[in-house]
Amino acid sequence: MKPIVILVLFLTSLPFTNFAQDDLLSLLEEGEETEAEFALATFKGSRLINGHTVMTRRGGTLEFLIAHRFGRINSGAYELFGLDNANVRFGVDYGLSDNVTVGLGRNSFEKTYDAFAKVALLRQQTGKQDIPVSVTGFFSVAAKTLRSTSPEVELSFSDRLSYTYQVLVARKFNDALSLQLMPTYIHYNLVERPEQDNDLLSVGIGGRMKVSKRMSINMEYYARFGDQEQDDLHDALAIGIDLETGGHVFQFQFTNSRAMIEKGFIRETTGDFFSGDIHLGFNITRTF
Amino acid sequence: MYKYLLLPLVAIISFCSLSAQETLITRTSSTKFYSHAPMEDIEAINNRTTAALNLEKGEIVVKMLIKHFEFENALMQEHFNENYMESEKYPSAIFQGTFTSKNPIDLNVDGDYDLTVEGTLTIHGVKQPLTAEAVITVADRQVSAKTAFIARPKDFDIEIPTVVVRNIAEEIEVTTELDFSTN
Repeated sequence: MKPIVILVLFLTSLPFTNFAQDDLLSLLEEGEETEAEFALATFKGSRLINGHTVMTRRGGTLEFLIAHRFGRINSGAYELFGLDNANVRFGVDYGLSDNVTVGLGRNSFEKTYDAFAKVALLRQQTGKQDIPVSVTGFFSVAAKTLRSTSPEVELSFSDRLSYTYQVLVARKFNDALSLQLMPTYIHYNLVERPEQDNDLLSVGIGGRMKVSKRMSINMEYYARFGDQEQDDLHDALAIGIDLETGGHVFQFQFTNSRAMIEKGFIRETTGDFFSGDIHLGFNITRTF
Repeated sequence: MYKYLLLPLVAIISFCSLSAQETLITRTSSTKFYSHAPMEDIEAINNRTTAALNLEKGEIVVKMLIKHFEFENALMQEHFNENYMESEKYPSAIFQGTFTSKNPIDLNVDGDYDLTVEGTLTIHGVKQPLTAEAVITVADRQVSAKTAFIARPKDFDIEIPTVVVRNIAEEIEVTTELDFSTN
């Protein structure tokens, strides 16, 4: 009887040795608090292509941006398909805190300065609470310092100003796909054309699709609700690629817009994308 | 007849039970790693390392969330999570193992106890065996433990692109300090 008892004891205890270690892990995991799981890196950078994404910079982070838009590809070989004709925007973005980013910039196109602030209002998360989207409020003021071509027109400083307000709403659907909606309101203190309204409403839509760990294909489109009688003005469309290496994000794009400030590309795009009025451009950011 | 049942019953019950007294748990311990490479040195610390230690059975489990590793540079932390560790897919790193002490551990005797720990380390979804030296320190009936070992990103399928090969070491020094004090 005795040896059988020992054998039974031995056999029944065997499965419990590994079980005990998993038990230890379960014991540890049981006490874990449910945390907020934020959607990480909905977009790789703070710009989608021409416009902003919901992403803000971390507090204390400084980011330099250089963006170029060349001339139109359909301007022929003499103009080197637009490469001879470049305009640039230099900018600096700074994270005042994790949720608030401010920035300054200057676009050589129309010699326009811009200053902006963006505030992360909601962050997409699961876990403790489920919030399906990230929402960031954006405000920018642009000052066009280009001298008027007609000598009799004298512009005051406030005539040169326009204000852009956006509510950027984005959702990271999965590791590869993020989409964003950009309801926008722009106010011009002074409009170029008498038939134009000082206010314009627009809705942008865009997104990115990651094709590898560090590369994505981006798209951005802004539809205008207004200026319909202005035949030469078109909705801004841009398609591009994002490449991320170390502290840089490189973005290459094709767009029908020349300007790189909201009021410029949303309202003043004169290129017809499908007629070949396409500008090659790139954005480079460097984070410190 | 019953006395024959008593011994196996007691033995089986003692094997199955895992009383809370025997198991020490910490949720605020630290793990840090250091990478020394020609172009730069990188280090990060995770102050929310959790662990469970069973002194009687000589078992240990250590678990931490990758997103809790703090870097001085926020962008580096983002890349670490998004590009290298893919923390959305593999949120945690876990070590499960057993240890043997050269001298039996007595909570009433202050001092350092040298151990050899053997088990499985799971990082980035990949399991690798790990053997390391560790020390358990007893002071005033409070237990703490410390260990250091080398982990290779390659072993865990963590891809280091050629452009940063001189920035990230092939062997990463990992140090874990566990504090099981109940104060």
